[in-house]
This record gives sequence, C-alpha cells and structure tokens, in this order.
Amino acid sequence: MAKRIDVSGLSAYYGAHKAIDDISMTVEPRSVTAFIGPSGCGKSTFLRTLNRMHEVTPGGRVEGKVLLDDENLYGSAVDPVAVRRTVGMVFQRPNPFPTMSIFDNVAAGLRLNGKFKKNELADVVEKSLKGANLWNEVKDRLNKPGSGLSGGQQQRLCIARAIAVEPDVLLMDEPCSALDPISTLAIEDLIGELKERFTIVIVTHNMQQAARVSDRTAFFNLSAVGQPGKLIEIDETERIFSNPSVQATEDYISGRFG
Amino acid sequence: MSHVAVQDARPATPAPRKGSLSARSLPRWAGAGFAVVSIALAIGIGLAFDLQSKVQWGLIAALLFILVSYAVTTAVENKRQAKDRVATSLVWVCFILAVIPLASLLWTTISRGTKVLNGYFLSHSMAGVPGFETGGGVYHALIGTLEQVGIATLISAPLGLLAAVYLVEYGKGTLAKAVTFFVDVMTGIPSIVAGLFILTLMLMFDLGPSGFMGSLALSILMLPVVVRSTEEMLKLVPNELREASLALGVPKWRTILKVVLPTAIGGITTGVMLAIARIAGETAPIMLLVFGNQLINTNPFQGAQSSLPFYIWEQYRVGSDAAYDRAWAAALVLIAFVMILNLVARGIARWKAPKTGR
Repeated sequence: MAKRIDVSGLSAYYGAHKAIDDISMTVEPRSVTAFIGPSGCGKSTFLRTLNRMHEVTPGGRVEGKVLLDDENLYGSAVDPVAVRRTVGMVFQRPNPFPTMSIFDNVAAGLRLNGKFKKNELADVVEKSLKGANLWNEVKDRLNKPGSGLSGGQQQRLCIARAIAVEPDVLLMDEPCSALDPISTLAIEDLIGELKERFTIVIVTHNMQQAARVSDRTAFFNLSAVGQPGKLIEIDETERIFSNPSVQATEDYISGRFG
Repeated sequence: MSHVAVQDARPATPAPRKGSLSARSLPRWAGAGFAVVSIALAIGIGLAFDLQSKVQWGLIAALLFILVSYAVTTAVENKRQAKDRVATSLVWVCFILAVIPLASLLWTTISRGTKVLNGYFLSHSMAGVPGFETGGGVYHALIGTLEQVGIATLISAPLGLLAAVYLVEYGKGTLAKAVTFFVDVMTGIPSIVAGLFILTLMLMFDLGPSGFMGSLALSILMLPVVVRSTEEMLKLVPNELREASLALGVPKWRTILKVVLPTAIGGITTGVMLAIARIAGETAPIMLLVFGNQLINTNPFQGAQSSLPFYIWEQYRVGSDAAYDRAWAAALVLIAFVMILNLVARGIARWKAPKTGR
C-alpha cells in the first residue's frame, strides 16, 4: 500500500531559526527518491517533517502542507502517532532497543502499539527479518540481545523493525553512513527489493549510492551558513547525474564545490 | 589467498645511546620499596623522638614517602618521572587517608558489635530488661526500621520516579525549572526540620506518635534523592531510542514506559536503594514522631515504635557496659542492613542492565 507524497510550500523552523524554506515536491509511490546536498542544507530536517518527527525536537515547528494520498499530515485533526505508524523511519546510527532481544526488537512496533495477535507475532517477525535479509543470520539466536549484532546487522534489524508495522512510506536518514561497503551493498540491495512494496525516501551523502538506488533525486542547497536550505531541483536520477538543469547541481555532483 | 611470509625478525637491540628513546629506569617494585623505607624511617624517628601519637608516625611516613620517591627518582631517572611519581604518590596517600577512617569504623563496629550479636539478640525486644543489665535485643527496633523505611519508600519512590519522568520527558519552561530548584533545596533539608514539619501537622490534627508519622518525615528526606538520581539516569538514555520508538508510531507515554524506563531501570533502582540507605540511619525525626518503645509494636499506624538508630542512641545514653554492647551490636545490624540493600541494588542493576552479549 505505497502512497504518494505531495509537499507544497513547506518551511521548518527550530525556534526562531528557519531551517528549510518553501519546499514543494512530489514523491511517487513504489519508487526510491534520494535527497542529496551539502551538510546543513536541511535534507534530514525535511525528511523528518514527512512523518512529523521534526516537532519532537524542542522548538521544532512546520508551516505548509504535506499530502499523503490527499490527506494533509499537518491537518488539525491528524494524530502524529498515527502518521508515524504510516510513515516509518530508519535512522543514521543503528539504534536497536538495548533491553530487548532480536525478536522483541522486531516485534516492538506491534507490541508497543498493543495491536497484535500472539500467534501472528512470530510470523510477522520472520517475514520482516526475511524482508530485511537478516533472517538467515539471526534465526538461531532470536532471543539474544539485538545490540550484540554487528553494525550492518543492527541497521538491517532496524529496517526489519520499521517494516514490521507495515508502513506505507519508509524514510531513511543516511542509513549506510556508519557501515562498511559490504553492509552498505546489502542494504542497497534491500532498498531495491523494498521499493516493490513501499515508497522510499533516502537521504545520502554518497553520490554513487544515490545514482545506484534511486529513481529520482532531489538536490538541496543553502546560499550561506545560517541561511535556510532550499530545494534546488528534483528530477529523474539519470538526468540529475548526466544533464542537470541547474548549474549548481552539476557543480555539486562533479565536486566543484561543497 | 596466497600469503607472503612476513619478515618480522628484528635486528638485535643495540645498546642505548644518548638521545635514544630508552633511558635508565627504576624497577617496578620501587614504589613499594619507597613505602617500606619511609615507614621504617618514620618508626625510627617516632621511637627516637618518643612521639606518642601514631597519627604523627603515619603523617611522617607519608611525608617521607613523597620526599624519598621524588629524590630517588630524580637521581636515577629524571625530573619529569619524579614529578609523575610524586603525583601518583599523592593520589595514593590521599586514598589511604580516606580509607583509614572507613576501615577503622568498620573494624570498631564489627569487633565491638559481635559481642552480643546472636539469634537471641535479633529475636527479642527490650521488654522487662533494665538498661544496665545484660540481655534483651533489637527485634522491636528492627521491625520498626523495616516498617518505617518500607512505608517511606512506598510513598516517595513512585512520587520521585514520576516527578523525574516529568522533569526529563515533559517539563519545559519555568515550572520545570522551579521544581528542579526546589528539589535541590529539599536535598539540603536537615532531618530535624522535616521531623518538626510533620510534628506540627501531627499536633494540628491531634494525632499520636506512630511509625507512620516517622515514615512521612523520612519520605520528605528521601524524595529529593530519588528525584535527583532518577533524573540523571533518565537523561543518560540516548535520545535515539526515544526517536526510534516514536518513529514506530508508539505514543509518548508508552515509549517512556516500555523503552525509556526499562533502559534506565538498573540505575533507578540503585538510586532508590541509596536513598533508602540514607534514611535508614535517621534518628531525629524518629525521636520526635515515633517516640521510641521498649516493646514490640508491629503496627506502624498506632502507638510508639522503636528504630535501629533510635535504639543505638537510647542504649548509649544508658551508659552501662551491657548497654554499650547492645548499641554497638545494633549499629552492626544497621550497617549490615544498608550493606545488604546496596548489594541487592548492585545485583538488580547488573541483572537489568542492557545486555551486550552475542
């Protein structure tokens, strides 16, 4: 049940500081959209506005609209908790719950939301771990702590945890930046499989990664330090990397600045 | 993969030349050697000058230790090594100075407390035993302490826990700042003031002394300690875990209950146990509010009770040898009680600590 995201006129603030300014874009369902841009240009902030995690930060607030299949996430009657169940998130650093076993980590979303049937739980955990390509590595030690896994395995555990609640959209905030090339490859392959089922948005600093995994790429930039970040352009990944319509994008991709 | 044999044979070490990295150094036992020499010298000086106080002997030994190690190290090694050794020696001397009173206190309590400490002492009250005679026991005081401390914990542990959760997870702005400030102020309240506060209430409502009144005063003393330690433990929980849970669509209250608190539970338990240890030794509020009793009173809500610290004070005031023995034995019981609590806290902390094994 992948959904389309339609953002229009979105600005996000930290207190009085404006972090991103007037962003509009469309994210197609069952596709991978990559966000690239220099540090501090608001990619992560923008990503976090898509499941209302931005307002968890003290002082964080948002102006504008984010439509998820025609429903505004920032509508007055919308419950942020319900939004986050629909739009899952994987973070930069693997963050499995340290008090829980591998099984419990994957089951956490269902258990903590209190809506599950006991006999189905094992199936969901197995399906999610298989979906995250982790099942074969951990099936014999499901009751061992999740923090005992390697970094790459932990990150795939976090992906399994995120997809266990069957979200419509999966947001990934630099999911490979703390991983070695082999784990990165595993996760990139996984992203390719997951896009059959989910709408995926990924923030990355690795241009090759964006080129490898994404269908569309958005380039963000900021005019100066302390200025809000802006969306420069969004287009098919091939076009962005071969023949972008804005000069700044070409400069950034070819390494002439930033 | 094919391996190329790594050549790791080093050439024979040449004799150290001037300007090389190795230099003359003292053997590893040098520190112990300096200690022995300086203690021997101090004993010599003490005997020669007929110094009575053993404290003087110790201080002279400590001073000599630092001087000797500095002088010898300068001569054999160099100035930098000597300074390093003096710094290390100072740390050791301070450590030993800090340990001496502790060890002495434990030793005195154990050696004097074990005289009358036995099953009879633990299972009998002072009913019908005149203070200056032998016999009697600590049972009524033990019951009193357990009940008063237990009730105080039941009151202040949940309150303190929730207050800390508010401060860390919800509190923003002036109210949270005010609460933090007053918690800090409350940490410094003398126990007698807490006792007087409850005493005014007791007189206002025309209530008699009872263990429960003591518990109320103790919980006032315990509350800020619980809040403070729980707050610090909750702050240690990484924000990433909260975000991970929130991003799964888990409501905030469930995130706190199921992710934040379990992660911090080991430290929180330790904090509560330490707070219990702190109030277990309070005497002043017990004197005012619980009144003391020679008999067994198991009902904390009715009538006067005793407690261990009160019992110690009461027995020492009698002034006979038998009473002194009882006081020391009760002190030993109290220390053992606190120590057991600490061990339990450590056990729980270890048991509940986030697991890292594979």
